[in-house]
Amino acid sequence: MIITKQKPLDDLLNSLEDGPVFIVGCSECATLCHTGGEKEVLDMKKILEAKNLQVPGWVVLDPACHLQNDKRLLKPHEEELKKAKKVLVLACGNGVQTLTDIIKDADVVAGTDSLFLGEIKHVNEFEKRCIMCGECLLDSYGGICPVSRCPKFMLNGPCGGSKDGKCEVDPNLECVWNVIYKHLKDKGKLQLLKNIQRPKDWSKSTMMRRVL
Amino acid sequence: MEYKNKSNLEKVLSEGKFAVTAEIGPPKGSDPDQIKQKAEILKGYAHAYNITDNQAAVVRMSSLAGCCILLGMEMEPVMQMACRDRNRIALQSDVLGASALGIRNILFITGDHQSLGNHPSSRGVYDIDSIQLIQIVKNMRDNGIFQNGEEILRGNPSIFIGSAANPYATPYEIRVDRLEKKIYAGVDFIQTQSVFNIERFNEWMDEVRSRGLDKKVHILAGVTPLKSIKMTERMKYYIPGVDVPDAIEKRMKNASDPKKEGYEIALEIIKEIKKIKGIHGVHITALFWESIIPSLISESGLVPR
Repeated sequence: MIITKQKPLDDLLNSLEDGPVFIVGCSECATLCHTGGEKEVLDMKKILEAKNLQVPGWVVLDPACHLQNDKRLLKPHEEELKKAKKVLVLACGNGVQTLTDIIKDADVVAGTDSLFLGEIKHVNEFEKRCIMCGECLLDSYGGICPVSRCPKFMLNGPCGGSKDGKCEVDPNLECVWNVIYKHLKDKGKLQLLKNIQRPKDWSKSTMMRRVL
Repeated sequence: MEYKNKSNLEKVLSEGKFAVTAEIGPPKGSDPDQIKQKAEILKGYAHAYNITDNQAAVVRMSSLAGCCILLGMEMEPVMQMACRDRNRIALQSDVLGASALGIRNILFITGDHQSLGNHPSSRGVYDIDSIQLIQIVKNMRDNGIFQNGEEILRGNPSIFIGSAANPYATPYEIRVDRLEKKIYAGVDFIQTQSVFNIERFNEWMDEVRSRGLDKKVHILAGVTPLKSIKMTERMKYYIPGVDVPDAIEKRMKNASDPKKEGYEIALEIIKEIKKIKGIHGVHITALFWESIIPSLISESGLVPR
């Protein structure tokens, strides 16, 4: 899931200027992150109205990153959209850009910061699990990813900064290499770590490729 | 006698002598005199001198420039190279450049994370890790091949390959495995994290010897004299990967002259290290206290002849 966080309200108000504002939410990730579901869209509507900004309409897209579906779902809101000068999108960076493709006159405003692709551990507690590097190495590490979970992308074991199983970058962060080691030890598969993992082939990453 | 890399450090170690290296931290500025002054103090007391590479992720004069200043003073440098700030193109390029300028020892490390330094908003590179870099440089030197498989057109880099090892980081069980991987990748010498906890260091060395690794790589044990109580606390609680035992912290706190106590502790640690089978030298890192190194080396009976 794409984990998002709402931008600071002052930044949003700054971008929204005098409105009027049409608000867009997303039924998928942003709903699960509590950043762009129906509840958050309606809360935002109240906040903006309290700041004397008009909100002529709102919609929760299903999901915001689906171009053709968005066009269909926005049809009934054409009149409301005509009144808006700003379209505030409470979805991930992809959702924002899909709206940019569709909205012609009003300015599209990103309402969230997209953080990472991660797992929901508990309500409102998320953990990064994948950076979509284009060449999955999980099988070499017993299904635990050092590329996305080690701040130094160490592929050949932990660096010299791990202490009591924690990462040098943040003492609250478990060193992923500690997790990998324990997991493979329990499974009797520590020999997986003996081979030198070659430099990663970043040409397989889709970072610079825009279409598949 | 001709040595393949013309590194004095390699010559000393291959002759089975106890080697001494000392660290020089480059300045936060472009004034070459700051390196020259430190170097003058240390000249003659070590076989080679490390110049750190933006250590602790704090911007300083480049290691390559510092090493060239040392070469001009006829002192042998160990250039440090971290994977944090350069991708494989820049790293290989700098290895070629260093070799062209006459640098014969390079120490390859992954590097302290940028979030701990003085530019925490920077983006780290970490295209490759230290083990991969060791393997790449070994292949450049011995086979004339770049990481991508292309041949070096003219002039393989002539480098004595070093790296670091930290017996104190966790999980302990994987620490000798990491060393073994570095040896397999092609490392020639190792400088360890500063030793304060001798007991744990001995445990690590027992495992190193039981796998016969002390015969395959030259290990220099790190020594850092503690200058003050503040520095002791900083090393113990804030520097990643350092293990200062409570007993040493207590000695420093109870001492009437902490500077003298720190010096005495360093002397004791060197004495202990010299007894350990399989240790081929010491690497002295006196953070912002380079002036203490000559007497520490003299009193330990380690002055190179």
